[in-house]
Amino acid sequence: MQRRQFVRGASAAGVLGLVSACAGRSGASAPKVVVVGGGYGGATAAKYVRMWSDYGIEVTLIEPNASFISCPMSNLVVGGSRAMADITQSFAPLAKYHGVRLVQDRVTRIDPQRRRVLLAQGGELAYDRLILSPGVDFVWSNLPGMASEAAQAKVLHAWKAGVQTVALRRQLEAMPDGGVYALSIPLAPYRCPPGPYERACQVAHYFSQFKPRSKVLILDANEDVTSKAALFKKAWAERYKNIVEYRPAHKAVDVDAATGTLKFEFHDDVKADVLNVIPDNRAGEIAVTTGLANMDRRWCEVDFLTFESTVAKNIHVLGDAVQIAPAMPKSGHMANQHGKTCAAAVVALLTGQPPNEQPIYNNVCYSFVSSTEAVHVASVHRYDAAKKTMLTVPGSGGLSGAASELEGRYAMAWAANIWADTLGR
Amino acid sequence: MKCYLLLAGALLAVSSGAQAQALDAQARSMAATCVGCHSGQSGQVSLAGVSRDELIQKLQAFKAGTRPATVMKQISQGYSDAQLAAVVAYFSTQKK
Repeated sequence: MQRRQFVRGASAAGVLGLVSACAGRSGASAPKVVVVGGGYGGATAAKYVRMWSDYGIEVTLIEPNASFISCPMSNLVVGGSRAMADITQSFAPLAKYHGVRLVQDRVTRIDPQRRRVLLAQGGELAYDRLILSPGVDFVWSNLPGMASEAAQAKVLHAWKAGVQTVALRRQLEAMPDGGVYALSIPLAPYRCPPGPYERACQVAHYFSQFKPRSKVLILDANEDVTSKAALFKKAWAERYKNIVEYRPAHKAVDVDAATGTLKFEFHDDVKADVLNVIPDNRAGEIAVTTGLANMDRRWCEVDFLTFESTVAKNIHVLGDAVQIAPAMPKSGHMANQHGKTCAAAVVALLTGQPPNEQPIYNNVCYSFVSSTEAVHVASVHRYDAAKKTMLTVPGSGGLSGAASELEGRYAMAWAANIWADTLGR
Repeated sequence: MKCYLLLAGALLAVSSGAQAQALDAQARSMAATCVGCHSGQSGQVSLAGVSRDELIQKLQAFKAGTRPATVMKQISQGYSDAQLAAVVAYFSTQKK
């Protein structure tokens, strides 16, 4: 269907000398989009720029990992009810079905003046528009004891799904019954607001089955649970009564990795057998070194109509790296929605059209409280032209009434569907 | 898919054409916000090529709270009737 209309468009473009986006799949004049980062945001943007330009815009996706490993659902691997293979997907369909050029590499530098990205393995790529979806990195300097590689290899964050997810699972398996698992949560905003609390549930579920004398100690820098608070507290009080202890307002200020000790501003030290520390989050390194993280040197401010950086022309930033709008979570689902909104704007801008002035999108986020039962939070966000930001639509959104296996099945279906949408045909 | 319309609009320089195109792009973007959960995997409803009448009835029932739901009431209440109609119209023209 698209092919036939594409050909008609191409012949008309030839006559008029208009709209280079329609000039052909591999035309020398085809606009070039480079996408940095193949997570929920970047992979979605890459696919939709191709689709919505009728395959007229060349798209290169640069991603250091060989496969897509989902952060959502990765807590189930930590808890032991799922394996890494269950949360790992191939990037190959993006190339096969959508003609996205895949480059497995890391970007070392961006040159906004020359519109080039430089690659770790050498070479550079030119772009007309750059889409940066770099995820998060950590503010290690806020935890001086974590500066060394040895400390970071021992005290894990597991806040990027991958080797650390597996390593944390191994630490939990190796821990004797009667041990303490302590989870340090940073001040919001951070990637995946309910994620730490879901992780606490997953570890508690594992302990309840295999190590019932063990404890889960949640040390939260925030004043209260930042997402789905009542639902998580109910799970801890009822399902994991003698396992989970929640301590709010416990901001970690340092870590002694050798002894497994957390240090706080106002409270006594906490020692644990397995210490899991999520440091303060900020935009991915490449966004910071390129000077795009103009909000507290942590997050990237963008124009929410286009996701173009407010400090660098032709560079769009999306996903967790963005300075969020009010009540906008840093989630995989949200990054997927950013990816589509950004893709539509990039296609419009490269074909001389005005971007959509009324973007609207949603967030749905499931958390498992056991290996089979889940809860959700949902919201709808629309652009407010007066305030130039995204605001939630009054009367929309909400939470689960209670955890259920039905929502657990919906959560698994959510994953299968969003992976297909982000990476698939 | 859009190139022909886009060029036709440019050629004729008719403002109503440009408006129609903008609305079309808007409907496409709004519809895409549903596909994250509805791309036809794991028994989840696929929306492309769906019957227009059936889908609008379902969405209105979700919005009114008369159809049992977990997330769909909360999501559908975020979209105006006109937005839901545009989304449904878009999906009904897509191939299954």
